Amino acid sequence: MDHRIRLKVNGADHDLEVPARRMLVDCLRYDLGLTGTKEGCSVGVCGACTVLVDGQMVASCITLAVTADGADITTVEGLAQDGKLHPVQQAFIDHGGFQCGICTPGQVITAKALLDVNPDPTEEEIKDWMMGNLCRCTGYYGILESVKNAARTSQEAGR
Amino acid sequence: MIDFEFHSPTSLDEAFGLMDQYGDDAQVMSGGTALVLMMKQRLVQPEHVIGLRKIAGLSSIASDGNGAVRVGALCTQRQMETDPLVRQSLPLVADTYSKVATVRIRSMSTVGGGLVHGDPNQDPPPTLIALGASVVLSSKGGERVVPVEDLFIDYFETDVQPGEILTSVLIPHAPAGSGAVYTKFLPRTADDYATVSVAAIVDADENNNCRDIRIVLGASGVTPIRAKEAEALLRQRPLTEENIRASAATVKDAVDPLDDFRGSADYKRQMAEVFTRRAVTQAIASGR
Repeated sequence: MDHRIRLKVNGADHDLEVPARRMLVDCLRYDLGLTGTKEGCSVGVCGACTVLVDGQMVASCITLAVTADGADITTVEGLAQDGKLHPVQQAFIDHGGFQCGICTPGQVITAKALLDVNPDPTEEEIKDWMMGNLCRCTGYYGILESVKNAARTSQEAGR
Repeated sequence: MIDFEFHSPTSLDEAFGLMDQYGDDAQVMSGGTALVLMMKQRLVQPEHVIGLRKIAGLSSIASDGNGAVRVGALCTQRQMETDPLVRQSLPLVADTYSKVATVRIRSMSTVGGGLVHGDPNQDPPPTLIALGASVVLSSKGGERVVPVEDLFIDYFETDVQPGEILTSVLIPHAPAGSGAVYTKFLPRTADDYATVSVAAIVDADENNNCRDIRIVLGASGVTPIRAKEAEALLRQRPLTEENIRASAATVKDAVDPLDDFRGSADYKRQMAEVFTRRAVTQAIASGR
């Protein structure tokens, strides 16, 4: 059955009519054309589909779009501001944070969520937090380096 | 997934009305991490889903003034890990919730939803049972309080009756000076369910005699299992290595694990003994 919902995605309001079974990842990709968010495992384990809903990380592949009605959503497309990449995005480019790129939007969103609550994480804290985002190219060292450097550049910029 | 109609009541009364109206055709959902997966796999095919997240007043954490903390059913598992009151007065609970899956899943899944799911492999139930926690089940007719120890009836089956919603959890503090741990055996990945898990709370006196003890195992049968014989072998006795060994050895007969990809039943039975011994030893060390 179709339901009317309103989502604020990356600052823009959208009024949509979606079936109750529509997953948030499909709503973002097919209804709104925001294909940056990827679907990997479809069961909430791999982290590729991670987006922020009211500031909290969620697996959009197991989130019903109707449950996000009224929410403020941030996807990877919403991170760059005024043509300038987010420090996490820039760090992933500078430090080899991705290879094939499929897991990257989820990694970037997850790293941003970490720095939002913990701007100066230890290596252990980064590993513990990023543990739920799988990279099947196994590029984990590059990802770790990227997150460490994103934290450093964000701190320096804030000073 | 089969399509359905989604309802988003804003009060408990409205939710009870919808549950009454749709009966067996409806499923109640909070965080949805479990139900959505089961619906995707077509293990559950409700015609109506009643989402509870818009109901106000079910996501607070507060002291009840009598040595317990009252947790609203819609608090996320992440809240349990980060909330200052939980971290300060129920450190074992904060630590246990921090071991559930990943931050992403903990940010979605709720305390009440996790309990009514009735999955015997989950982390919080052993800890909540060890602390003597109870749940409040509300319905149109009123509410009843059920100890978490009595909540789990069978594999994915709980004492929650049709028309009831789990609305809060009451968690008492551990006795002052007692030691408590939740250990989770994870041979595969850090975000996995436990192969076996053990919550242990030991209250010892200054002469290292055990005043009281709770040992509860997860992932060791169709429900969480309280190891009463193992507790009895230590209660009011000296906490010597020999006594701890003898106590833990009885756990092998108390558990009834399932064969799966996390290990054979026989392997899990042996690990249940090993991890009980470690949990009790660590709990003693963390006390005082």
